[in-house]
Amino acid sequence: MATDRRDFLINGGRALLVASASAAVALEHVLAGTPEHAPGYTMSEHWWAMTIDIDRCIGCGNCVRACKAENDVPREPFFFRTWVERYHLTADDVDRPVVDSPNGGFEGFKELYRPGDGSKNFYVPKLCNHCAHSPCVQVCPVGATFESPDGVVLVDTTYCLGCRYCVQACPYGCRFIDPRTHTVDKCTLCYHRITQGLTTACCEVCPTDARVLGDLKNPSDPIHAFLREHTIHVLKPQMATGAKVYYADLDGSVR
Amino acid sequence: MGVDTTLLSQVEGFMYPNEVELQWSVLIVLYPFITGLVAGAFILASLERVFKVEEVRPTYRLSLLTALAFLLVAPLPLQLHLGHPERSFEMYLTPHTTSAMAMFGFVYLWYLMVVLIVEIWLDYRRDIVLQARSQTGFLRWIYRAMALGSDNISPRSLAIDDRVGRFITIVGIPSAFLLHGYVGFIFGSVKANPWWSTPLMPVVFLFSAMVSGIALVLLLYMLVSWVRRTAIDMRCLDTVARYLFYAFVIDFSLEMLDLVHRIYVADESFKSLDFMVKTRLFGSQIVVQIILGTLLPLGLLALTQLTRLSDRARKSLYATAGVLTMVGIFAMRWNVVIGGQLFSKTFLGYTVYKMGFATREGLLPAILLMVLPFVILAALIRLLPPWPEPAAQRESG
Repeated sequence: MATDRRDFLINGGRALLVASASAAVALEHVLAGTPEHAPGYTMSEHWWAMTIDIDRCIGCGNCVRACKAENDVPREPFFFRTWVERYHLTADDVDRPVVDSPNGGFEGFKELYRPGDGSKNFYVPKLCNHCAHSPCVQVCPVGATFESPDGVVLVDTTYCLGCRYCVQACPYGCRFIDPRTHTVDKCTLCYHRITQGLTTACCEVCPTDARVLGDLKNPSDPIHAFLREHTIHVLKPQMATGAKVYYADLDGSVR
Repeated sequence: MGVDTTLLSQVEGFMYPNEVELQWSVLIVLYPFITGLVAGAFILASLERVFKVEEVRPTYRLSLLTALAFLLVAPLPLQLHLGHPERSFEMYLTPHTTSAMAMFGFVYLWYLMVVLIVEIWLDYRRDIVLQARSQTGFLRWIYRAMALGSDNISPRSLAIDDRVGRFITIVGIPSAFLLHGYVGFIFGSVKANPWWSTPLMPVVFLFSAMVSGIALVLLLYMLVSWVRRTAIDMRCLDTVARYLFYAFVIDFSLEMLDLVHRIYVADESFKSLDFMVKTRLFGSQIVVQIILGTLLPLGLLALTQLTRLSDRARKSLYATAGVLTMVGIFAMRWNVVIGGQLFSKTFLGYTVYKMGFATREGLLPAILLMVLPFVILAALIRLLPPWPEPAAQRESG
C-alpha cells in the first residue's frame, strides 16, 4: 500500500513536471497567438469603427501610400488594403456614375473634370468595413479569418489555405491574395497600432481628417457626436453585413 | 511576382482594384464539372439497381467505375488551386461550421468511402474472390488484397451482398444529390455575387450533373463496345438516351426559369449581367452553352424520340448529342465560375480572364486533370471488367 502511494506520488510528480513544462512551452505560443501582445489593452473594452466624411476627402492619396508603407502591402495595382475612388456624376444620368481609381489613388488624381461644368465630383475612400456579420468570416473553411472581440476582422496567415472563398464572399472587394505568401490579406485596421493606443496609418496621415478611427464602446469618443450630427450611410446596406465604416453624406450612387 | 499589369488595359469601366485579377481559374471550372460527372454516372447506375430499369443493366457497372474514376480526381484541381495545399487537411481537423466549403471534405469522404467504394466492392466481390483464386503472381496478391480476406461466395453470402448493396445504393442516391447539390450551394450562397446567388443553383447543378453524367456513360458505353468489337445493346442505348433527354428537358427548363426570372425582375445587377452575356460571355454562353450545347443536342434527342430511325442513324445521333451535351455542360460550368468573376461587384465594369498554359493553374494541368480519370477508368476496367466474363455470357446466351 505504502509503495503504491509512493509510486503514485513519483509518477504524479513526473506527470506534473511534464505537464508544466509543456504548458510553459505552450504559453509562449498562446501569447504569440494573441493578435498583439499589448499590455494594458483589453479587447472587450473596445468596439472599433471608422468614420469617413466624404465632403472632406480631397483625393490626395496619402492614406493609400501610408497604408502600403505601414503594412508592407505589395505595390502592384491589384493589391490594396485601402484605396480611393473618384465619382463623377452628370445631371442626365445620376444612376450611372463614372468611376475611376488609378492605381487605387496611390499617386492622387489628375484633374479630369473642370469645376463648374455642371457635374458632381467627389472622392470615396474605401477599406474593409470590419462587418459585424462578415460574409468573408462566414465562408472561411478553417476559421483562419475571424472577428476579434473588439470588432476587427483579422486573418491568421499561418492558417489560411489560400482557397479565396472569402475574396469571393466580400461584397466590397476588400480582400486580395498576397502573391508573396499565397494567403489572403486585408485591412487589419492597423491592429498593431490601435492596440498600442495609436490611430491607424491612414487616419494618421489624412490632412483633412476625412477618415477618423472611433471606439464605439468609449462614451467620450467623438465618433458618437459625428454619427449623431451627420447623415450616415454604410456601403451596400442591402447586404446586411453590419458594416462599421460609416460614411457621412455619401451619395446614393456609390457602390 | 508574376503580376500581369497588362490586365488593366483590358478592364472596361470600373472595377474595385482588388477585383481585376480573377480569383478562381479554369481548375475551379473542372471541380463542379468533374463532381457533376460523378453524381450523374452514379444516378444512372441507381436507375437499374433501385428503380429496376432493367434495360440499362449493361451500363450499370461501367457507370459505377466511371463515377469512381472521376471521384478520385475530383479533389485534385482544388488541391492544385490552393495557395497552401499542405494545409488542406485542416478542413478535417478544424472545420469552420458556418462555412459551406468546410463540409466538402466530409461530403466527399462519405460519398467515396461509404457509398461508392462499398457498393462497387459488394457488387464485384464474387469476381474478386474468383480472380484471387485463379490468378497467379502479382495480380493474385492485388485481388487478394481487394477481397479484404473474404472468400465465401456461397449463394447465401452473395444474396446478402446484394441486399446490402441495394441498401447502399438507396443511401447513395441522396448522397449523390448531396454531393452535387452541395457544390451548387457553394456558389449559390455567395450573396455578394448576383450571378451566383440564387437558390436555384444547387438544383440546376444537380440536373446538369445528371445530364453530363448520363451523356458521359452513354459515350463510354458506345466507345467501349466499339473497342471490344461487341454489339451495342440498342435497347439499353435507347433507354439511356431517353433518360438523358428527360434530365436535359428538366435541366433546360430550370435554367430558362432562372434566365426568365432575371430578365423579368431586372434587379440592380441586371444591366451589368445582361451586357456581359451579350459581350464577353456571348461566345461561351449563348453560342456554345445554349445553342450548340443545349438546343442542338435536345433537338437531336427529341428527333430520336419522335421518329423511327435505323439503329445506325440513332447511334450517330446519340453520339453527336452526347458530345455536344458534354461540351455544353462544360461551358455551363465555365460560364458560372469564370463568368461570375468577369463583372465588377460595383456593376460598373468588366475584366478578362487570362488563362496560362504550362502554369500551375493553366490549360495544360487542366487538360491533364481531364485525361487522368480516363486513365484511372481504363485501369479499373482492366482490374474489374464491367461486363460478364465470356464463359458466363455463353451460359446465359
